[in-house]
Amino acid sequence: MKFIKISIILFLIASFSGLKSAEANDVLKNEILKNIRCLICQGQSVYDSESEFASSIKLIVDRKINEGLKEKQIYQFLREKYGDWVIFDPQLNKNTYVLWLLPLLLFLVGGVIIIKKLLFKN
Amino acid sequence: MKNKFSLFVVVIFLSFCFVIFYKGLNTPNNYAPKVNEKKNIPTFKAKDLYSNNYVNSDKIFEENTFYIVNIWASWCVPCREEHPLLMQLSKNQSIKLIGLNYRDNFNNAKKFIDDFGNPYSRILIDKDGTLGVEFGAYGVPETFLIDKNKHIIKKFVGPINQEIVNEIKSIIK
Repeated sequence: MKFIKISIILFLIASFSGLKSAEANDVLKNEILKNIRCLICQGQSVYDSESEFASSIKLIVDRKINEGLKEKQIYQFLREKYGDWVIFDPQLNKNTYVLWLLPLLLFLVGGVIIIKKLLFKN
Repeated sequence: MKNKFSLFVVVIFLSFCFVIFYKGLNTPNNYAPKVNEKKNIPTFKAKDLYSNNYVNSDKIFEENTFYIVNIWASWCVPCREEHPLLMQLSKNQSIKLIGLNYRDNFNNAKKFIDDFGNPYSRILIDKDGTLGVEFGAYGVPETFLIDKNKHIIKKFVGPINQEIVNEIKSIIK
């Protein structure tokens, strides 16, 4: 009797942890899919799109997560296939230096202008 | 002097914006991923349309020859347009054509081949489109040219035309 009780408890714990990990995988999958651009219906993420391309990507991402790949590895896989543009959040590389550094540069230039003006006023 | 300098900065800034927007007018809105030169062919396992057996990619591309991977489907109208050109290419001894049947029904795919001819040395089934993703495809038809070192050297999005066929022929000769 005791053995059966322990078995049931162990079974429930195992099922619960299984559910937890499946839930965690779903959260990760959705997070990744929201950051992938649908190349057919541009402007939409793969998560929002119902296109054939999007459904294939959803399957691939699901498969890669089950294979144990990390988020960054999945992005890297997709980048290799489709280029940087497929990811909404582009990496810092020689093609995106302007994209990343221009706002910072404008902010600094703006800051210098404001400080200069304030100093002149004083 | 100061006013002249400000005017100069404004003119330069506006000219810069004009050039950027003008260039933007000539760029197509749709993004087509560029093929990375000398990209290795993916490693995969796929079902053969006729034998229904699974085959490994190294077995598919085992010969020391050029290969063309053509993604097609019986429901795809542009695939019908390009099919005679694929038939023409299949007559060339220096190249082997591999068909990737994308999200299709077996009977329809078979009927398509029976009606229009079979240019492929092997047809693989890509039921859920994931095999196409391994190649970096995002629709049908798409055609990939693979060299003898098993590198994808060219990618053609959309139906191929005579110009593309001539380009392929000039590469493989």
